[in-house]
Amino acid sequence: MATQQTRSLARFMMAPSVVLLFVWMIVPLVITIWFSFQQYNPLNPIRDGFVGFSNYALFYSNPAFLQSILNTLVLVGSVLLITVIGGIALALLIDQPMWGQGIVRILVISPFFVMPPVAALVWKNMIMHPQYGVFADIARFFGMQPIDWFGQHPMLAIIIIVAWQWLPFATLILLTALQSLDGEQKEAAEMDGAGFVSRFIYLTLPHMSRAITVVILIQTIFLLSVYAEILVTTNGGPGYASTNLPFLVYQKALLEFKIGQASAGGVIAVILANIVAFFAMRAVGKNLDK
Amino acid sequence: MARAVTTQHKTIATAAAWIVALLIFFPILYTIITSFKSEQEAIQGFALIPSGTIESYSEVQAQSGYFKFFLNSVLLSVGSTILALLVAIPAAWSMAFSPTKRTKDILMWMLSTKMMPAVAVLFPIYLIFRDSGLLDSRVGLMVMLMLINLPIVVWMLYTYFREIPGEILEAARMDGASLWNEIVYVLTPMAVPGIASTMLLNIILAWNEAFWTIRLTTTEAAPLTAFISSFSSPQGLFWAKLSAASTLAIAPILIMGWFSQKQLVRGLTFGAVK
Repeated sequence: MATQQTRSLARFMMAPSVVLLFVWMIVPLVITIWFSFQQYNPLNPIRDGFVGFSNYALFYSNPAFLQSILNTLVLVGSVLLITVIGGIALALLIDQPMWGQGIVRILVISPFFVMPPVAALVWKNMIMHPQYGVFADIARFFGMQPIDWFGQHPMLAIIIIVAWQWLPFATLILLTALQSLDGEQKEAAEMDGAGFVSRFIYLTLPHMSRAITVVILIQTIFLLSVYAEILVTTNGGPGYASTNLPFLVYQKALLEFKIGQASAGGVIAVILANIVAFFAMRAVGKNLDK
Repeated sequence: MARAVTTQHKTIATAAAWIVALLIFFPILYTIITSFKSEQEAIQGFALIPSGTIESYSEVQAQSGYFKFFLNSVLLSVGSTILALLVAIPAAWSMAFSPTKRTKDILMWMLSTKMMPAVAVLFPIYLIFRDSGLLDSRVGLMVMLMLINLPIVVWMLYTYFREIPGEILEAARMDGASLWNEIVYVLTPMAVPGIASTMLLNIILAWNEAFWTIRLTTTEAAPLTAFISSFSSPQGLFWAKLSAASTLAIAPILIMGWFSQKQLVRGLTFGAVK
């Protein structure tokens, strides 16, 4: 009987979170879906009402559409790759005995505290600016032509900025995982004559797999909706070269006031996010159950 | 002989780690340095020693008024974090101690709500906020930030609470502790480190949230993210001023992060470490 009571209490305690998140998910989604079937422009009094799937057709036929989906996936994929591999390397490095480890950790974690608009502004003007940026200074020092990062390699520039923001997060989680590795096990492997590489492949990497999945899951959530970095640096350009799906939706809604099309794009973005989420969640769910 | 090798190893590791760490930190460092330069100095090429002028700071302050934005950032991040903890602690508690078959699914579903791109629902949210008079209000934004971070908060707390051995709760129950006492006297002290690091991470995430805080505010509730975006329009580029504004926007959370680094790192594992 006590358990019965506990169980209903448990439900009661969970209710606020579940209800709030359910409402937060479903209400905007329903309104978005409704608008995606409407012709609606806040600046234009003529409303045709229900227009079927034409918003979807328009959004789909937009030349930027496929590019933006590609860009979204490229951004998520490259940043994940850089931060996971870089994070493992950095974690291995910081885990070595050294002087000033605390300060090193503080320096490495710092980019995580920087808000996206500041990160983007700093990289755009202080580091990558073709005239006054540090990269340009370095290029000139070696007698080379400074690179116009946002004009010539906009996606690469954005990937660098976003990877810089997320590398600390990956490093710290992986470092914590690394430090929880049993020292005796490591020593035993060393005694058995296992070299650094085989120790890494057979002992360290399996031990970190849980942490790697967590890094991938959390980062995917945030990387799917990168927006401020693009707005501040390239504004999606040149052309649509660095427009991702969230940014395309933003352009339709806030610059062109095409709410119907923007909503259709939003629904597509949600579907894409759910496809990615489905695979990420399954991988993580499996890994976290261990 | 063995010791010599160790020292050598340590020296190399130290050098390598410091170089990498300084490279990673460099954009922030150079921004801080540039903020103490005059505008002419700032565009004169690479230089690590500034003249030490604070004219950029006083100009930024005169132009935008830092403290109102700062205060809003503090109120919004702390307020939304407290709200999120109030809602999430009971949920995480019940998930950790009375798990059902569906607990994992509920947790994953909660996280999946975060996968919805914010822009996708900007318009509906904007309408709801407008029609309920919540535009540019701190309360509205606080609730918004709370909802955005709630899944992460629940998950972090859940992974913490799960580590608390159930036997202790049983022992307390045997001794006749009521559920309320169980929570207040047994569970809370053990959960405080977890709650603290969850709180820290959530404050950072809320402080740096740069979509809703910019889109749903104009003046009254605008936090530092809105403050900095007012410097992003290129009406003539002012490097020193931009650096001063950037430094002002990140300094409070950077300092808080440095001081609470240990607690935060402990909490950043999301159950990734057993």
